[in-house]
Amino acid sequence: MMRRVYLDNNATTPVLPEVMDSMRPYFGERFGNASSIHHHGQETRAAVERARESVAVLFGCRASEVVFTSGGTEGNNLAVFGPVRPGDHVITSTIEHHAVLNACKHLAAKGCEVTYLPVDGRGLVDPEDVKRALRSNTKLITIMFANNETGVVQRVAEIGKIAAEADIYFHTDAVQAAGKVAIDVNKIGCDLLTISGHKFHGPQGVGALYVRKGTQLEPMLYGGSHERSRRAGTENVPGIVGLGKAAELASGGFERGNERGDERGDDLRMDHQTMAVARDRLERELLKVEATGLNGEGAPRVPNTTNIYFDGIEGEALLIALDLKGLAVSTGAACSSGAIEPSHVLTAMGLRRERAKASIRFSLGKQNTPEDIDFALGLIPETVARLRELSPVWPSSTPKAAVSKKLAARS
Amino acid sequence: MLRAEGRNVIGLTMQLWNQRRLAEHEGMPESVQGRCCSIDDVYDARRVAETLGIPYYLVNHEERFERDVVRPFVEEYLAGRTPIPCSLCNNHLKFDQLLIVAQQIGAEQIATGHYAQVVFDEHLNRWLLKRPADKSKDQTYFLFGLTQEQLSRTLFPLGGMTKPEVRELARKHNLVIAEKPDSQEICFVPGGDYKRFLEAYLAEQGEQPARTSNKTIAGEMVTTDGKVIGEHAGVHNFTVGQRKGLGVATGSPLYVIQIKNDTRQVVVGKDEELYSRTLHARRVNLISTAELRQPMRVAVKIRHKHQPAPAIIEPAGESAGPDEVRVTFDEPQRAITPGQAAVFYDGDIVVGGGWIENSMQ
Repeated sequence: MMRRVYLDNNATTPVLPEVMDSMRPYFGERFGNASSIHHHGQETRAAVERARESVAVLFGCRASEVVFTSGGTEGNNLAVFGPVRPGDHVITSTIEHHAVLNACKHLAAKGCEVTYLPVDGRGLVDPEDVKRALRSNTKLITIMFANNETGVVQRVAEIGKIAAEADIYFHTDAVQAAGKVAIDVNKIGCDLLTISGHKFHGPQGVGALYVRKGTQLEPMLYGGSHERSRRAGTENVPGIVGLGKAAELASGGFERGNERGDERGDDLRMDHQTMAVARDRLERELLKVEATGLNGEGAPRVPNTTNIYFDGIEGEALLIALDLKGLAVSTGAACSSGAIEPSHVLTAMGLRRERAKASIRFSLGKQNTPEDIDFALGLIPETVARLRELSPVWPSSTPKAAVSKKLAARS
Repeated sequence: MLRAEGRNVIGLTMQLWNQRRLAEHEGMPESVQGRCCSIDDVYDARRVAETLGIPYYLVNHEERFERDVVRPFVEEYLAGRTPIPCSLCNNHLKFDQLLIVAQQIGAEQIATGHYAQVVFDEHLNRWLLKRPADKSKDQTYFLFGLTQEQLSRTLFPLGGMTKPEVRELARKHNLVIAEKPDSQEICFVPGGDYKRFLEAYLAEQGEQPARTSNKTIAGEMVTTDGKVIGEHAGVHNFTVGQRKGLGVATGSPLYVIQIKNDTRQVVVGKDEELYSRTLHARRVNLISTAELRQPMRVAVKIRHKHQPAPAIIEPAGESAGPDEVRVTFDEPQRAITPGQAAVFYDGDIVVGGGWIENSMQ
């Protein structure tokens, strides 16, 4: 069996064993509909509400402000569509996830105005730009917390302050922040915040939206009065329980990670500090390879992500070559694979097309070990060197490369 | 089959064209199910790879396809020629770009489903391209541009089988594609209506001619003796040998004999005027021989459905380039069409081939 190392945790993460254990009863003996009056319903209702409390702890909010969803896309859609009416103005950025970008595009087609703020070379939105974009009809500001491709963390608290002063709803897509950095909705000053279970070792198909008390939200799904009429549909109890457990582990992770320093006890999984150390080592070693660079350099980033360009190669080819040797990485958003356009995030940061296409994202999870980093470092430089040898654009004088250049030149 | 031989196989699909791209343009039919590069096709390929237990990847080369296949296809029509995009795709995408991808990911050879055979001839010390066992599926006409390097790294596993045998094998392995209809038309032209495609594509690109009655491409329709008998809306609407849709009515049936790109004239005449004995081929690629010094007796195919006709090929002469060849048929051939390929055969062996520049009476 080939050794496989997974460094694509921004796409999805494996469910942790204790999360799996927490969910298991709700596929079996505890099967009730959480809305039922009888014993079975009461049992699952209690589980759902316990999970809600765990997510509320992660957010630093009240349990009643947590709405369970099917994941990041639904949460982002609900947050973008929910408060906005035709004629309203929305402020967002060019580097948002497609769940926000395409929702805004849809709003624009339905008679809303949308401003897409640019980012600087580091991938940061300037809060002053947000202020300048405000209009009398601005209803919503939606700027992501941490970027999925680069891990760059926006100055969300500053934006939240601007939104509060202007009395405008502020939503932040925190899908890539949850479990990686501390979230506190009051420090951020947001009215809406999206998370997704499977990005921090919970199950796929479940997420949560923070909705500050008093926020006017038109639902997207109509049906029963579930989730205080903000999201109809029978609760996904096993998923919600798993999300709650993942949230609990994530919140605990910060406390433990912050308080206990290097004492890891018998929990050998990576906490945020060890993850940052491992990520930094990977990054440092890869940047020693000729003609490479870090995307998002100089900006604050979540501790698990690094996005590096390798000039003269095609990211797609590197990804496949590495996968065939057992290393899973990504060229950007999982949703963009097979797409012709280079990453909208990297091009928004000013990278030229070739460099954006030559970029690879490495993202760590709790399950990764220092040996995984060694494995990656054993593979990547040699694979990059081989691809460059075959590259028609890479300057090289080896005879082998000359042959392939001839082959390419025939086109 | 390659797996059974113990080879390490990787599945690759090239995404070359977005079938929905021109869908909103007037007159373009909705994408047809089972068409190349559609979501359904990629789904099928993925399922096959999964059934076979091999890794599978989708690689996107739409940019290169547009540059090297679609653009030239459009420009050839606008220049009054009748292009073969499949050959361009083979030369530039399948046996160039795909080989580069293969090399990049560490694969030594590529295998495609073309009906053709590759063999190494030790005596000649050359890789040969041969017609397949199933002559009715022969695709060698589209593969004449393959170089020795490309042939040496190419496998055609279906070359020794008939189509029914291939389907039977697919059934035996429970592959979802066993009953999939054959592909026929140009993959990026839905419904096979190339004129609509040209107009939609040019409109999308913001280029003229968008529709008919454009002065820059409209021209005269003349007879072979120079008499102007009408006007036409653009040379791209015509193909040598075409009879229908000429827009002129005379007593006897008229055919397109020649399309003059410089004067935008479409020359029409009688059926017998369509025949000629010689043609001039350019950008010739030779396969079974390194060079052509002496005249050589071969059979030449001038379009996909043409029965190869006996002919002599020889260097086109002092003034011509080294990769230009003159073809002289034993018998005059009907409708030799600029833009199509002339492929030279010695029995089942492909000697080489080139692009038809013009025919000579």
